[in-house]
Amino acid sequence: MEFPILSLMLAVPLVAAIACLFLNAGSARMVALFATLFNLALGILLWLNYDIGGAQWQFVERAELFAGFSYALGIDGIALMLIMLSVFLMPICILASWDSITKRVGEYMAAFLLMEVLMIGVFAAQDLFLFYIFFEAGLIPMYLIIGVWGGDNRIYASYKFFLYTLLGSVLMLIAMLWMVNEAGTTDIPTLMQYDFPVDAQLWLWLAFFASFAVKMPMWPVHTWLPDAHVQAPTAGSVILAGVLLKLGGYGFIRFSLPMFPDASADLAWLVFALSMIAVIYTSLVALVQEDMKKLIAYSSVAHMAIVTVGLFAFNVQGLEGAMMVMLGHGLVSGALFLCVGVIYDRLHTREIARYGGLSINMPKYALFFLLFTMASIGLPGTSNFVGEFLALAGIYKVSTFVTLVCTTGIILGAAYMLYLYRRVAFGEQVNADAARMPDLNAREWAMLAPIAAAVLWMGVYPESFLAPMRQDIATLEARLASVAPEYDSALTVGTPDEHAANYIAAEHGSEGEH
Amino acid sequence: MQSILVIVFLPLVASIVAGLVNKSAPSVFAKSITTGGLFVSCALSWPIFLSFWSGNAEATVVPVLTWIQSGALSFDWALRVDTLTAVMLVVITTVSALVHLYSWGYMEEDPDQPRFFAYLSLFTFAMLMLVTADNLVQMFFGWEGVGLASYLLIGFWFKKPSANAAAIKAFVVNRVGDLGFMMGIFGTFWVFGTVSIPEILEAAPGMSGATIGFLGLRVHTMDVLCILLFIGAMGKSAQLGLHTWLPDAMEGPTPVSALIHAATMVTAGVFMVCRLSPMFETAPIALAMVTFVGAATCIFAATVGTTQWDIKRVIAYSTCSQLGYMFFAAGVGAYGAAMFHLFTHAFFKALLFLGAGSVIHAMHHEQDMKYYGGLRKHIPLTFWAMMAGTLAITGVGIYDLHLGFAGFWSKDAIIEVAFARGTEMASFAFWMGVFAALLTSFYSWRLMFLTFWGKPRWIESEHIQHSVHKTPEEAGEDTTGGYHPHESPLSMLIPLGVLSVGAVLAGQFFAETFLDSAGFWADSIYYNPNLIHAMHAVPWPVKYAAFFVMIIGLFVAWLAYIKDTSIPGKAAEQLGPIYRLLYNKWYFDELYHYLFVVPAFWLGRQFWKLGDIGTIDRFGPNGVAWVVEKGAVGAKKFQTGYLYSYALVMLLGLVAAVTWVLF
Repeated sequence: MEFPILSLMLAVPLVAAIACLFLNAGSARMVALFATLFNLALGILLWLNYDIGGAQWQFVERAELFAGFSYALGIDGIALMLIMLSVFLMPICILASWDSITKRVGEYMAAFLLMEVLMIGVFAAQDLFLFYIFFEAGLIPMYLIIGVWGGDNRIYASYKFFLYTLLGSVLMLIAMLWMVNEAGTTDIPTLMQYDFPVDAQLWLWLAFFASFAVKMPMWPVHTWLPDAHVQAPTAGSVILAGVLLKLGGYGFIRFSLPMFPDASADLAWLVFALSMIAVIYTSLVALVQEDMKKLIAYSSVAHMAIVTVGLFAFNVQGLEGAMMVMLGHGLVSGALFLCVGVIYDRLHTREIARYGGLSINMPKYALFFLLFTMASIGLPGTSNFVGEFLALAGIYKVSTFVTLVCTTGIILGAAYMLYLYRRVAFGEQVNADAARMPDLNAREWAMLAPIAAAVLWMGVYPESFLAPMRQDIATLEARLASVAPEYDSALTVGTPDEHAANYIAAEHGSEGEH
Repeated sequence: MQSILVIVFLPLVASIVAGLVNKSAPSVFAKSITTGGLFVSCALSWPIFLSFWSGNAEATVVPVLTWIQSGALSFDWALRVDTLTAVMLVVITTVSALVHLYSWGYMEEDPDQPRFFAYLSLFTFAMLMLVTADNLVQMFFGWEGVGLASYLLIGFWFKKPSANAAAIKAFVVNRVGDLGFMMGIFGTFWVFGTVSIPEILEAAPGMSGATIGFLGLRVHTMDVLCILLFIGAMGKSAQLGLHTWLPDAMEGPTPVSALIHAATMVTAGVFMVCRLSPMFETAPIALAMVTFVGAATCIFAATVGTTQWDIKRVIAYSTCSQLGYMFFAAGVGAYGAAMFHLFTHAFFKALLFLGAGSVIHAMHHEQDMKYYGGLRKHIPLTFWAMMAGTLAITGVGIYDLHLGFAGFWSKDAIIEVAFARGTEMASFAFWMGVFAALLTSFYSWRLMFLTFWGKPRWIESEHIQHSVHKTPEEAGEDTTGGYHPHESPLSMLIPLGVLSVGAVLAGQFFAETFLDSAGFWADSIYYNPNLIHAMHAVPWPVKYAAFFVMIIGLFVAWLAYIKDTSIPGKAAEQLGPIYRLLYNKWYFDELYHYLFVVPAFWLGRQFWKLGDIGTIDRFGPNGVAWVVEKGAVGAKKFQTGYLYSYALVMLLGLVAAVTWVLF
């Protein structure tokens, strides 16, 4: 049997989480940092040993438990990339909480480490119920992180978060029970090949959709996100935006699309409609926000809408684009929340108007913030461009109208992000306390620099990230090929014109005299 | 041809080093490394251009790195060098190197010089990536890169609210164009199955009869693709409708205006249309649009230019207008003429901007021509440089003697070729072009006369008052206020000198190559020799049309600003509404403000307050909480917190549902 690296990646943070509960603040921080760094190292090992173009499911582990329920782990390229995103962001989250969390540090670190276990678990699970447990249990540490270490209005925020996400998951569980009953297996790879009856697909799809749409979040079930972000501590926001929002997209690509292809095709219009509304609606809402975290939260909803349209384009570009948006957004929105956290730690306010002119006293900070702002806008050369470009290119084939509406996101996105940047980093130093804030310290450098490097890497040479997913996306596209929609941009070739439009014949003499 | 790697990437490296070192080293470090880098790039670019000029070079592509591979959509980072690129290379690196040098003097007192020079070099890198692109997406990378640099440089003095507003406006308005560009790339990819420019151009003629679905309509494939791409060009090249950002971009330091908003970045749209000319030639409707938009912009911007007082804004509108010439030249099929005007314009417009910068430098940052006057004798070298630029832009030259300044050769060729093309749209462009030439002459000489002739009006300027510590009353009769304008330092005068040479000779020297030589272009653009023959065969009144209107413009300007200076005031009064329309730039800014900006913020607020909070939250989570709370009154003895009672309800519901499903 292979070395159970996935189990090890689950065990390390789990053991560290238990240890943290019994340690004092200082040791808990160190243990958490060490454990997450160790897991990052394991993640890199995983990536290096992942055989691109090899078996679809690699690093498979399987242990039968009771009643058909099994402890089954295994990853494909898609899961690998999302696990990498999780283990990459984790040590950064621990660093972000280093000074700002002072009460119940041990419990806090334990919650984060538990979060990591559950995130890796959800991407690695190959058993339907194992997936469900990881998927839903992820709620609990996040709920605690917001509810215990959050801001002033944390109870309302955590209530809203809990309510929305639980609502969706109940329906999903019912659907899962029915599926297992019908297909007679809980094995996800098998279910991905299983052809459910077309009538049943419809309501199964809707049940899953209820859960994934909330997680994504899609309009109109997005209102938990701004509140959760605003109240969550910085690191909580990073994980929320960076990884938890990706669970919805992962759900679509792992369950809805391959398991219910017919329903996915039939209901694609619903996804497109909600996504188009989201792009326009939440971008405009982001434009008028006075709270930095709310602004970035609303921008996340708009960006995630690009993911959903890309996924339901049913072609390689759309699917790969959606994955790249997820990865890019995970890095960039995480980094933007860190940027907010950096100045929040100094001034304890998220109100945009309380800052201004930070380029003067915090030039290094301003540079990082600029990079992430530009990445969020989708400037070519940064991670988000690759994803947005591919996703929108994919959807163009299906519907030029959807593309047109969703591409307006690049205009609105530029407007609200640059407006934010201007109010924070440019202008006169109107607030004396903001003008006294010191520039980045070494710890903050260590948080932001790796993300900046990753953002540029993903933008300039995305091949590193696309290559592991290529085969899995191709498999999925093949699965979807039979239901792929009629293309509204269909081409009819006619008789070519004889001459170029501005061709004129020679006036006198032969043509070739020049 | 490997030197292209150095040409393109040296400015990037210099920019990164200068930007990261920033103020930890004396600013002379950042200045030297960026300026030095640019001069190296420039020195390497000219041999490439000359080898194409002499016909000794062939188009090559230097691969750099894989970029994106997604199914059939696959493209790399690569640097393409052909004739068209070579022309752009010399324009960009020459003007950029000179602007770097010029900035040593112009920005001398600025505390943020390393940042400034880093941005300039970053811009140059992005612009070079744009013109060396072998596929549409890399072109888009350069396109957005120059947009970023432009945003940063317009907002360079980021403490000024007006500079920040202008920077955001530039970026966002350009993004409207980018929307078209991106849609165009997507459409092109799905039609041709590739984004590689050579492959698209080769396949384009075969698609000229094809139709395609777009927004539910069936339309001519090539027309819709080219129109989408052209919308991108309209944004970057500030054409009518998407032009509003360019005048505001003058908030940036003047060297930036010369480099980005005159010589290079704003010509990217023209470059794009020329680069894709074989594709545009399959799209008659798109070409008609290019011609119309170009001609309309040409005349629109010229009318506004006649009424502005800010010296930089006059030149900015002039740039806008000259870009219109380039576009309608492309629209009627004379891509060589368009590129030639781009080439000569780069020299004389950069010269005019840098000259204006030298005037502003001499006048203690005053930009309003109301407060200039009589500067001829005080800053003679600047005056002569501006003179060379003005002679070039107004197109001074005698056709039959084959003698003329740069603009004479390129602008007259465009006007003639529009006439020769003969279609209705081309005739419209011809008349607009001639009329705009009159206005060009008028506003250019108006600028010269207001600045360099007449009596000094300096003391009315607040900047001058600051400098001499006097109010106009204290100064009395002496309208100079005792202020002494100084000629600029050598670092600023050398670029002026070099560009003056270009403004005087570039047309004379290169006209034949650019206009008449199919061999020179070597298929890097669509070249129609018959059209050029027809251009040379136009009747003499057409050949002299631009010359005559130039004389008229000069005469009117002389009459109004030297002979009888009361004329402009009277004219403005007589023509009240028209004058106000022009002075207020046809109210485009106001229109867009009420059409887009205000509704966007209003809608955002409505969606937020009425949508999210008022509807979704109210009937969603808050509604549930309310119901549960009411319901929990009865169940209070079991539960203490509503969240748990809620979870209990969920659990019971779950059990019920599971029971129902399983049995």
